[in-house]
Amino acid sequence: MLVSYEWLSEYVDLKGISPEDIAEELNRTGIEVEVIYTRDAGVSRVVVGKVLSCTPHPEADRLNICSVHVGHATPLQIVCGAKNVAAGQLVPVALEGATLPGDIKIKRTKLRGVESNGMICSAKELGLPDKVLMKEQQDGILVLGKDARIGQDIKQYLGMNDQAIELQLTPNRSDCLSMFGVAYEIAAIFDRELRLPEVEVEESPEQIAPLSINIQSEADCPIYSAQVIHNLRIGPSPQWMQNRLITAGIRPINNIVDITNYVMIETGQPLHAFDYEQVRDGQIVVRRAAEGEQVVTLDGVTRTCDDETLLITDGHEILGLAGIMGGESSEVTPVTSTILLESAYFDPQVIRNTSRKLGLRSEANHRFERGVNPERVQPALARAVQLLREIAYGEVASEIVVEGFGEVEAIDLTLRHDRLTTVMGIQLEQEEVLNIFERLQFPAIAEEGVYVVRVPIRRPDINLEVDLIEEVARLYGYDRIPTSLLWGQQQPGERTWEQKKKQVIRHTLRDLGLNEVITYSLTSETLEQEIAYPLTVPYMSIPIAMPMSNEHAILRTNLLPQLVQVAARNRNHGVTDVSIFELAKVYLASDDNQHSLPEERFQLAFLLTGNYHPANWANAAQKGGDFFTAKGVLTTLLERLDITDVDYEAIQVKGFHPGRTAIIKHNNQVIGILGQLHPALSKKYDLDDTVVCQLDLELLLEATSDELIYHPIPRYPEITRDLALIVEESVPVSQIEAGIRAVAGELLKTVTLFDVFTGKQVEDGKKSIAFNLVYRSDDRTLTDDEVQHAHSGVVAYLEETFGAKLRQ
Amino acid sequence: MRDRLLALQEEASRAIVDAQDLETLREVKVKYLGKKGEITGVLRGMGKLSAMERPLIGALANDVRATLSTLIEEAEAKLEEAKLAEKLANENVDVTLPGKAITIGSLHPINAVLEQVEDIFIGMGFHIAEGPEVETDYFNFEMLNLPKNHPARDMQDSFYISPETLLRTHTSAVQVRSMIDKKGEVPVRIISAGKVYRRDDDDSTHSHQFTQIEGLVVDSGVSMSELHGVLLHLIHQLFGEETEVRLRPSYFPFTEPSVEVDIFHPEKGWIEILGAGMVHPTVLEKAGYDSEKYTGFAFGIGAERIAILKYDIDDIRNFYQNDLRFIKQFKSV
Repeated sequence: MLVSYEWLSEYVDLKGISPEDIAEELNRTGIEVEVIYTRDAGVSRVVVGKVLSCTPHPEADRLNICSVHVGHATPLQIVCGAKNVAAGQLVPVALEGATLPGDIKIKRTKLRGVESNGMICSAKELGLPDKVLMKEQQDGILVLGKDARIGQDIKQYLGMNDQAIELQLTPNRSDCLSMFGVAYEIAAIFDRELRLPEVEVEESPEQIAPLSINIQSEADCPIYSAQVIHNLRIGPSPQWMQNRLITAGIRPINNIVDITNYVMIETGQPLHAFDYEQVRDGQIVVRRAAEGEQVVTLDGVTRTCDDETLLITDGHEILGLAGIMGGESSEVTPVTSTILLESAYFDPQVIRNTSRKLGLRSEANHRFERGVNPERVQPALARAVQLLREIAYGEVASEIVVEGFGEVEAIDLTLRHDRLTTVMGIQLEQEEVLNIFERLQFPAIAEEGVYVVRVPIRRPDINLEVDLIEEVARLYGYDRIPTSLLWGQQQPGERTWEQKKKQVIRHTLRDLGLNEVITYSLTSETLEQEIAYPLTVPYMSIPIAMPMSNEHAILRTNLLPQLVQVAARNRNHGVTDVSIFELAKVYLASDDNQHSLPEERFQLAFLLTGNYHPANWANAAQKGGDFFTAKGVLTTLLERLDITDVDYEAIQVKGFHPGRTAIIKHNNQVIGILGQLHPALSKKYDLDDTVVCQLDLELLLEATSDELIYHPIPRYPEITRDLALIVEESVPVSQIEAGIRAVAGELLKTVTLFDVFTGKQVEDGKKSIAFNLVYRSDDRTLTDDEVQHAHSGVVAYLEETFGAKLRQ
Repeated sequence: MRDRLLALQEEASRAIVDAQDLETLREVKVKYLGKKGEITGVLRGMGKLSAMERPLIGALANDVRATLSTLIEEAEAKLEEAKLAEKLANENVDVTLPGKAITIGSLHPINAVLEQVEDIFIGMGFHIAEGPEVETDYFNFEMLNLPKNHPARDMQDSFYISPETLLRTHTSAVQVRSMIDKKGEVPVRIISAGKVYRRDDDDSTHSHQFTQIEGLVVDSGVSMSELHGVLLHLIHQLFGEETEVRLRPSYFPFTEPSVEVDIFHPEKGWIEILGAGMVHPTVLEKAGYDSEKYTGFAFGIGAERIAILKYDIDDIRNFYQNDLRFIKQFKSV
């Protein structure tokens, strides 16, 4: 809502109150104001002039030499290049020394040898935007109305001294979609007197033009009023009205349309004028459309209705879409002289549904959708009729006909002073509260700590005691409410066990050099297909009903594709070393929960590509896209979480390298996957070798152990033995290690693999592996014999089970 | 014999002083104090001495031996010190060379902000509640006093999955779930942070996915004064004790009175930072709390907004493009 300061000052005494003050106070009391527009874009020394004569320039076809009277003793000679300039016109004239928007200064000059003492201006040159100009004003010089006075400052004539305060209204404050409503608010805030205009209602003559209203859809249209006006002379509306409309952001069209718009801005009640000649028998029938019924609206578009569309008809032809847009056939044209003027209350929901379906938004339906003030339906009609008589030469040709259902009454609400104190947390004086209601013009009385408040119909947002509390609080001033800390029953605040673990995981990965990312939950079907995630395979992804784009069409079941995208995007921007992780949800639908909420499961995913540790002057780089680097990161994380007994089994999964991928198991439960990205996929995104890992958080946390019990520091020395073996290349090291542990018994404390190699020194198809074994007893010093005995057992077992050969 | 010993002492003393390296010193030590050394050689002739002289010479010999040993030790220490000094003199490094740093990563700034905010509220006795991101229309709207066709639903056009389920448009749905879980018990003090979704085209100031932090307090006698106090504490913790704060009336269907909170930015003026209000009695009642007995307040903050203001970030897309040149700037957060 754009509020003209000049217009507002007619209803409220704004002496000593600037537009900035209004903005500030509106902000403080609940209506947001972000911008104050000034109509003057930087115009000075531009006055109204009359073109006395206009003769062609002898040296230039397109130029005219004009003699322009600007109120000086002698007319000014001005050379003008506009096609539409003509003798007799009243025009804006920029005098010598004038400034125009864009820092243009007007000087005396010569054009093709002829002196020019100023400039006749176009609307654009005065800084008027096209959207508030009539078609004919958009090109050439601006021709002013007959009411312009020669020599008058153009800013005064065009209302350019005015300012528009733009209100950002919340949906509850539809009362401020009118100048009247804003006036009530401003009067309350500044505690000033309100003076709204009186409307003269002319006695109706005997019925000249027939008019009847038939509402077939009562619930959709509880009030419909209309009157017929004839002998109208269509033309431009007076400049003061045009100025106010322009400030309100509305383009002047002609006096009839302008009056309906003006009254809408003034009262908040949208009006519609039908060409009475097109209304058969002067009959209005309000009804719901039949499915598929069609109407051509006044923008020339054929609209198809459904059974929720409310129509205004004459019983035969459709005249318009109620509250949304008139029909082309009943449009007021330059030859119209009789109109049927409509002022009605339409059900907000019905209007909202239709305007949404048709994608039509206008000042009128915006107001209907939020509910107009039923009390103003008839006064608005009377006000418009008054203006039609005053400025469009109209005469009433019918009675005011009103069809209405139900009564609208102001409600009485009670407010307990105690309750006010409880909610605000501050004790106000009764007088202060009553004063606030008085400023709001809410009649109120106080009795035994209870206020009985009559809420005017213009404020439909106030229905409950707590709504009154808000009114009192906002006018009292939120900033004056004191601050206190929470009192009442205290309780310790804490993260849950799971929340703490999540934090530990994220912080550990951060400390291990990985960067946390947040990617979108919505993804594309194509991306989702790139990499499989065995843990969520039985589930389906969930599509959005009306996605904004294909990229964000479904909810993800896997974090990895988007981590790959992050790596690719960084790669494209020259960042080749990417170590990232994300802890986020995936969304899983199954046949069982198709109609309920999907399962949301946190997944932990990480990706390493490029260098994990970059090279420095002393050390070579450590590659991130290496299976064992990533596995090392995971191992450290598992250690931090005290997760033991984790097994890795080779697996082949879509999107992964067939020979460098493992599922991760804990006690035979698959908890995640770790593997190198399929080289075809890394190539597609121009990535170096890339390793990714993803774990189901819940399963991961189930594997953690919170029981930490101290082990005494060993008192007896340990004996170490190295064991170097040659085995078949295909034998997994984990099996050998498990074998060693099983055979050596409890004297064996640790087994550490310290070397693996294949190559020249080793036979084809074999590998050399070397372990360091530590033997120790908790209750005695071991003898070499004891260790030798255990160790020989290990060697014998390995030779027998794996065909291992001891390397000497 | 006495003279011989004294002469040896003097001779040895000189040799010790003259020794310029440990090797020479060792030779001196062997020469005079060794098993086949000079002093031992002299003492071999002790048998020829009288019983009177023998203890005297013996004592003298021990004295000489002790004196020389001390001198040798001292000389040894001095030489060793000199040798170490010489060695260290050749071990200088360029201390300005970079260290062999271990790479450290960074948390995402949004999550870093969430942790800070959560910690502030944990300090005030809050718990962290969680709720689903795919929410029912019922919890996301209806229970929050936003019946179907409420005009305020316009403000947050949503991603629907089915007519009854959608991606939550705010974390306020968790308010309702938390109250229902609490089954009418007080105090309720929860905070809940998470992803929310609205049908906005992604640009420098909009994101179809963003992060909200919701807070809720329900107890008997909770007032706007406590709301004011708690929010002031939050803002002072986040932006510094000096930050100016302004409360403005606003509108949310689920709170009444509703509040919008601005902070003063030296360059940008007043900037909206969060929305809040007293829990609407209808919302309390729907969630099983007697609105006559209990009052409460709730607030919702955009985590992106906090990060943008705190770190002077100019484009919301930075948070979701995950350019490491952006993320890595937040290592110290």
